[in-house]
Amino acid sequence: MIIKTLSERFFATDRGSSIFFSLLLLVTVLVPTLNLATGEGSFLHIPNYSVALIGKYMCYAMLAIAVDLIWGYCGILSLGHTAFFALGGYAMGMYLMRQIGTRGVYADPILPDFMVFLNWKELPWFWHGMDHFWLAAIMIVLAPGLLAYVFGWFAFRSRVTGVYLSIITQALTYALLLAFFRNEMGFGGNNGLTDFKDILGFDLQAQSTRVALFIATAVALGLAYFTSRYVVRSRLGRVIEAVRDAESRTRFIGYKVESYKLWVWTFSAVLAGIAGALYVPQVGIINPGEFAPINSIEVVVWVAVGGRGTLYGAALGAVLVNYAKTYFTAALPEVWLYALGALFIGVTLFLPQGIVGLISQLARRRA
Amino acid sequence: MNELPKMKNQTAKIFCGLLLALSAICANAQDAAEDAAPATVLPTTYEAMVAALPEASYDDKELLLQKISQSGNPQAPNLLHALLDGRLMATEAGKVYISQSSDEALAAKNLSDAITGAAVTGVNAESISPIGTNNRLRKGLRALCAQLDLASADADARSKAVQSIMRDLDEAGTAALRARLPLEKESSIQKSISSALALADLQSADANIRLAAVETLSGDISSEVYNGLTTLITKNDDGSFTEPDLRVRTAAAEGIRKIETRRKAYGALETLFFGLSLGSVLVLAAIGLAITFGVMGVINMAHGELIMLGAYTTYVMQLLMPQHIALSLFLSVPAAFLVSGLVGVGIERGIVRFLHGRPLETLLATFGLSLVLQQLVRSVFSPLNRSVASPEFMSGSLVINDAFSVTYNRLYIVFFMLIVFAALQLILKRTSLGLKVRAVSQNRAMARAMGVRTEWIDAATFGLGSGIAGVAGVALSQLTNVGPNLGQAYIIDSFMVVVFGGVGSLWGTLISGMSLGVVNKLLEPWAGAVMAKILVLVFLIVFIQKRPRGLFPQKGRSVEN
Repeated sequence: MIIKTLSERFFATDRGSSIFFSLLLLVTVLVPTLNLATGEGSFLHIPNYSVALIGKYMCYAMLAIAVDLIWGYCGILSLGHTAFFALGGYAMGMYLMRQIGTRGVYADPILPDFMVFLNWKELPWFWHGMDHFWLAAIMIVLAPGLLAYVFGWFAFRSRVTGVYLSIITQALTYALLLAFFRNEMGFGGNNGLTDFKDILGFDLQAQSTRVALFIATAVALGLAYFTSRYVVRSRLGRVIEAVRDAESRTRFIGYKVESYKLWVWTFSAVLAGIAGALYVPQVGIINPGEFAPINSIEVVVWVAVGGRGTLYGAALGAVLVNYAKTYFTAALPEVWLYALGALFIGVTLFLPQGIVGLISQLARRRA
Repeated sequence: MNELPKMKNQTAKIFCGLLLALSAICANAQDAAEDAAPATVLPTTYEAMVAALPEASYDDKELLLQKISQSGNPQAPNLLHALLDGRLMATEAGKVYISQSSDEALAAKNLSDAITGAAVTGVNAESISPIGTNNRLRKGLRALCAQLDLASADADARSKAVQSIMRDLDEAGTAALRARLPLEKESSIQKSISSALALADLQSADANIRLAAVETLSGDISSEVYNGLTTLITKNDDGSFTEPDLRVRTAAAEGIRKIETRRKAYGALETLFFGLSLGSVLVLAAIGLAITFGVMGVINMAHGELIMLGAYTTYVMQLLMPQHIALSLFLSVPAAFLVSGLVGVGIERGIVRFLHGRPLETLLATFGLSLVLQQLVRSVFSPLNRSVASPEFMSGSLVINDAFSVTYNRLYIVFFMLIVFAALQLILKRTSLGLKVRAVSQNRAMARAMGVRTEWIDAATFGLGSGIAGVAGVALSQLTNVGPNLGQAYIIDSFMVVVFGGVGSLWGTLISGMSLGVVNKLLEPWAGAVMAKILVLVFLIVFIQKRPRGLFPQKGRSVEN
């Protein structure tokens, strides 16, 4: 009995989670193997750009899981979650930028190119030490986590809820967008951070490094899913769901609603930050465009399409919508926004439970 | 201006012609010509002088114009102005006409005889051409016109004439001003004449006259006075002051200090005005949202796109009637209200009503709609920005003094916003529709029990809010380019304004929009435009944490959830 509950709590035994983990394992093994082991002309060969693309999708899936955690389980609709994603990305970007060293266009051993270009004489204080990976790793967690903690502490304590919260999260990411566009901020302004050379001493362009990053992302996604799953299955998760369904009642029973919300909110922001940090070395650039409010709203749509409140649904939605985006923007660029818009409307009107909900409904009807 | 000879010697004329480019030397040459007596005879009667104008050399023209301006003929001011504007036309045969337009295509219409002033018709457009002028002649002409205008019956023209003389003070101008001062009745013009005279007195050799002049000028904020006073306290290259008298220098320094204080005050006034006009834009953009979001509680993320549709309606109206820009703008207001309003009703009937009571879902669905509308506009009108022309009464600015002027389009937008606001208040407070809207928003079930058709009211309210957004788009089309992203730029600001003001309160929206506009403009010189915006956003985020229901929260039980 005890073993059964423990295994249920620690290992995902429901069907969705099993499928998710099996698929993830399959992709983690298959993609690198087919990329490395088969030749260029082979039928089974997976080209390098596809590896990067799938890696990108996995980062998005992680971000979607983070959003699902707070929206699907806690009822907080964040329209600014890419702010945390981008902050994690910028922390990683700063590390990668410092690794360029003298290989930059201006060959300055300390200053990144854009600072030389702007005629800066020394590093701003927040760039110090970012050439150490351990510090960058701490910042990847700390920057989004701290921002989320401070923001959430104020917002939840003064009981800003529902639509109001959504709007101020949007304002938050919008303010960061404007701020990061400024050259004076010291984050490369409009162009952002790019032209990275290597990570931890390995060449970023090398196939092996790319595959290693891919595997790291897959592992991170698996861990993110596992911990999120653990959180929502724990007693904490029960309280969080109660907050979603009846916030006042939960408070009257005696739970400190603010603390629960703050905890899950900060955790979700950290997850988003890690996803951003893994995203940057794979796409090779981070710029203020990542803060754009529309990106955050798109993430919400991935979750809605996949099915909120299931975690694996969010991951599924992220991959599906982004695959559609990759396809449409290449094949029919002018149709993409119509399709995305229609997806928003269609899913909210006709598929409130998303694809996952649709599938289980169909399965129930057949049974 | 030098004393002008009545006659001139042919050789001196050639000599003068050679040296035309160097006017100072030329002036000397004319003085020399005056001494050398025998000369060609220039006409003396007004009619003959005018008739001689088209064929005369530039030097002769200058002399003729002097004479014409002194002739006292009632047609003289008209003629000089016409020549200055390039509206004085001559035929091959030597007839001279004043046209109402310098445009060649229209010049032949509305001609009048330069001598009698009588209207003339039936002149062939091909046969007339404008009488030529050069830079030096135009400079002289401006001075002559200004001197003549000093006697004009129109106070506005007199005031302009004083300003014009003041810009290029010379002896003749000073003399004309001195002659005018005792005759002038208008006190403001009197004042500017004495300023101009005092400015001239600064050049006087007598230190006491200079001192008196400085005292008169102190506090006058026009840039001529400021420059005049600053020259007094500047040092020469050798370190000595240009102004030898210490008393005059001290007085000048004091005067400059006064001017700077007054300029600062006007600068603050200007910032305030910029803030109010920005605030008006914010209120216009947000006030439709104050209806849909504030009164109905529906999150409409496509609100910005409804504004955009209004702006595009203005663009289309202008394409439909390119000859009547002002009229098309006035007609755009109801047209944009209808277009955006109907789209709004469509949104309510097609999407929003199915998501009643689920605000987050409404937010997502309407956001999707906003993407579709943006792409639709891109497909129909191209993704490039379209510029909408402004009618004439919107361009230019109202100059109050040298330190303070307001552009008409920004001024009108403030008034336009107030009109829209008042109209909306009237609808909500004085019509039966408004009564029902308020009833439904306060207690839906009770309103329905009283026989209000809530579905109709929902659609009408949403249409009203959307229509107002369209009207805001008409106003915005006069300030910025019209493009597919126009609405996106305003959506976050609009929500901020409504939430800051307090959801459900129109007055709150007005006050919050205005104060956010002013605060933004106050911060701008200190922090830069982008930083100011960021600071305002951060302030709002913090404010909403402190007072989640805004500046003017609705009271009562209905606001609890």
